Amino acid sequence: MAREVPVARRIDQDVGRFRRIVRGQVRRNLKKYITQGELLGKVGKGVVSIPLPQIRLPRFTFGENRESGVGMGEGGEGDPVPRQGGAGGAGEAPGEHVLEVDVTLPELAEILGEELRLPAIKPRGREHVLADVRRYRGIRRTGPESLRHFRRTFRTALRRQVSSGTYDPDRPFVVPRREDRRYRSWRITEVPQSNAAVIYMMDVSGSMGTEQKEIVRIEAFWIDTWLRSQYRNLEVRYIVHDAAAREVDRHSFFHLRESGGTKISSAYELCVKVIEERYSPLEWNVYPFHFSDGDNWSGGDTRYCMALLRERLLPRANVFSYGQVKSAYGSGQFKVDLDNEFGADDRVLTSEIPDREGILPSIRTFLGTGR
Amino acid sequence: MTVALPSELRSLRDRLRRWAEEYGLDFNETFFELLDHDALHEVAAYGGFPTRYPHWRFGMQYEQLRKTYAYGLQKIYELVINSDPCYAYLMRSNSMTDQKIVIAHVYGHADFFKNNLWFGPTHRKMIDQMANHGTRIRRSADRHGAEKVERFLDDALSLENLVDPYGPYRPGARKPPAESDADRLDEEERHLEEKVPRLKSRADYLDRYVNPPEELEKERRRLEKALERQRRFPASPQRDVLLFLQEHAPLSSWQKDVLGIVRAEALYFAPQAMTKVMNEGWATYWHSTLLTEKALEDDELLDYADAHSATLSAAPGSLNPYKLGLELWRDVENRWNRGRFGPEYARCDDWSVRRSWDTRAGIGRRKIFEVRRAYNDVTFIDEFLTEDFARERRLFVYGKGSDGGLVIETRDFEKVKATLLRDLTNLGNPVVAVEDANHRNRGELLLRHQWDGLDLKADYARDTLEALQRIWKRPVHVATKVEGRGRVMSFDGDRHSSEETREGEGES
Repeated sequence: MAREVPVARRIDQDVGRFRRIVRGQVRRNLKKYITQGELLGKVGKGVVSIPLPQIRLPRFTFGENRESGVGMGEGGEGDPVPRQGGAGGAGEAPGEHVLEVDVTLPELAEILGEELRLPAIKPRGREHVLADVRRYRGIRRTGPESLRHFRRTFRTALRRQVSSGTYDPDRPFVVPRREDRRYRSWRITEVPQSNAAVIYMMDVSGSMGTEQKEIVRIEAFWIDTWLRSQYRNLEVRYIVHDAAAREVDRHSFFHLRESGGTKISSAYELCVKVIEERYSPLEWNVYPFHFSDGDNWSGGDTRYCMALLRERLLPRANVFSYGQVKSAYGSGQFKVDLDNEFGADDRVLTSEIPDREGILPSIRTFLGTGR
Repeated sequence: MTVALPSELRSLRDRLRRWAEEYGLDFNETFFELLDHDALHEVAAYGGFPTRYPHWRFGMQYEQLRKTYAYGLQKIYELVINSDPCYAYLMRSNSMTDQKIVIAHVYGHADFFKNNLWFGPTHRKMIDQMANHGTRIRRSADRHGAEKVERFLDDALSLENLVDPYGPYRPGARKPPAESDADRLDEEERHLEEKVPRLKSRADYLDRYVNPPEELEKERRRLEKALERQRRFPASPQRDVLLFLQEHAPLSSWQKDVLGIVRAEALYFAPQAMTKVMNEGWATYWHSTLLTEKALEDDELLDYADAHSATLSAAPGSLNPYKLGLELWRDVENRWNRGRFGPEYARCDDWSVRRSWDTRAGIGRRKIFEVRRAYNDVTFIDEFLTEDFARERRLFVYGKGSDGGLVIETRDFEKVKATLLRDLTNLGNPVVAVEDANHRNRGELLLRHQWDGLDLKADYARDTLEALQRIWKRPVHVATKVEGRGRVMSFDGDRHSSEETREGEGES
């Protein structure tokens, strides 16, 4: 849109000032009030908040035990309520009226990529894997009836009738003839194949609480969204483990709660099995993600995990990512072990997620390598 | 860039205004301006007043509005300013159907601003007033340094919610005690002995039975305490902390001016927060009435339905104030149309009779106009949110579950209502008042938080105390409770401290 050269606006000064404060160039004393804004998403319709720095001046306000209120909807006593997404600043000004607008997943991925400055992923050198793709791209005069293009047919008929003077606006009947019919046609193109498989593994032993799972859920959502924007075909598998591992569907993955011990190797074994069965690294970009609070059964099992990783998992994966969610019970030892073992190996990415604020940096660690 | 209303919009506005007036809406002259999104975001960032004082907080708001709009997450639909004449801004890129909804919605707000009692004391020339504030703060910044003024503004804004939102409705209630009171109190103290009430006894020897010495002693101590209380400054707790500081803190005149500005603007915006549910519900009620009964063309129906439902949409489980407001208004109208009020209806507990109760009273419209005059959100919900309403709309109270997630706690009507009212009381802010400005007889400032089950956020409270101390200059304290146990948090300019107190039982 063409616009007049903007006059210096009053708001530009305030925006500039705000940015300088956020970057820490002036008013360092405000630094501790800067929040990075939380990233929250839901599939389909729902609230999404974009990473957005904010400064919250302190004031007397209610604290933690404020977490109660009134809601509206179905459900019995004790049923969980979805946490409210922070669609920041909705309607603070007088009579200001804010609408939520749907965003599509590709748009979301773009926003995420832009905010986190994620590099586009280069699929592992498999450009020679080609796939035939059929696309409807044109219109022909012949074809099967199932592909008849109704609107184009109708239009052609109308045009013929108008030009031949048989169209009567008072009795607007349009009768297509054989030669008016139009059909969709397709073309086959070859495109480089890009398949990706994401395998999520999560520790569901007693020490992982609802908040920890919620963090994993949010993080997994964004990882999915990003990878989906990078690959034509994305398959997602879910593995949960405590002392033993099993494959589950998406819903149970995020809601299951088990108890008992933790044997990480069980998950890695199952993961290797899943990859071997279905996802040959020749055709697939494989992304195993593991989330846990960092406790493992024994040092012996940890050693076995390392061996599994090095010999069987890493050769088949693009990268292996380990996210350690902080819980009240976890020791956090596993990340230390991983870092010691694979510190120099850039195929292993580890990150710590202390709370929701930690989700963004963690995603940046996992996806920031462009592999 | 503002643009004169195109003729199409002008005739639309005129038609809608006529219809609104036919329905009985009564508003000040309302001017509409058409803005493109950048300009609208700028106005909105300044809370509707583009001439406001400069501050980074408005820049922050602007960034937020700009980004969320650019990413297609949300957009501002309309913006209307409570003033006389009333100003409303329309987004240029809105479709014609949207503009219709917005204009109708604005007339709803304008009617509410003019007629609702709680907007009575607001400054109706606030646009000029805000520009005036802007000039004063800019002048201070020129004279004393922009950063210095900004720092002081930040401190003042930390205390912004410590005004008395109900103060303007009881004029004369805040009267600082006269300074000369001290002499009178000294005098009274000297004659304390004579003031202790005694019963008349017929003979001296009876006196010690009629007026037992221990009772007299008790009485004397009570009087002494009362005197002490009067000596205290302020004599009774001051809810308007900003005003108190403006009058009594050792500040230079520009600083007092800044405090006054922050306070005036906070009080100006208070009624909007106080009537959010009612006001938005009222405007939504009227845009839906005006559009569906008058203004809507056939081919606009779907666009209208789409925009209207977006206004009322709520994430699963959450409560949208527009929706709650609209449904309450409709419920009130419906009940008064069918005569579902009064003792007879209240006494009736036969479900089937209640369900078909209809006296054809037909006074719903009249009732809602009455209600929009005198109520605010707290009284509105207290009076009109009925048990039937709560049940039909599936309201519930949520809280923290055993594993940290939010869960539905109860659907018990009393609890639902109590929780709603709790969240609306004092605009959702803790009630904090100045209790003693000469605490420990050392000129320290003691605030008291009226604890009612919710704790203060401790780290924020500490930082707020720092801001308060920078204004008061002497040590400052806030008395509150943490999980039911009395606690005084203090800051003396260098160090924070926190002390448990024995209050809790028997504390008033």
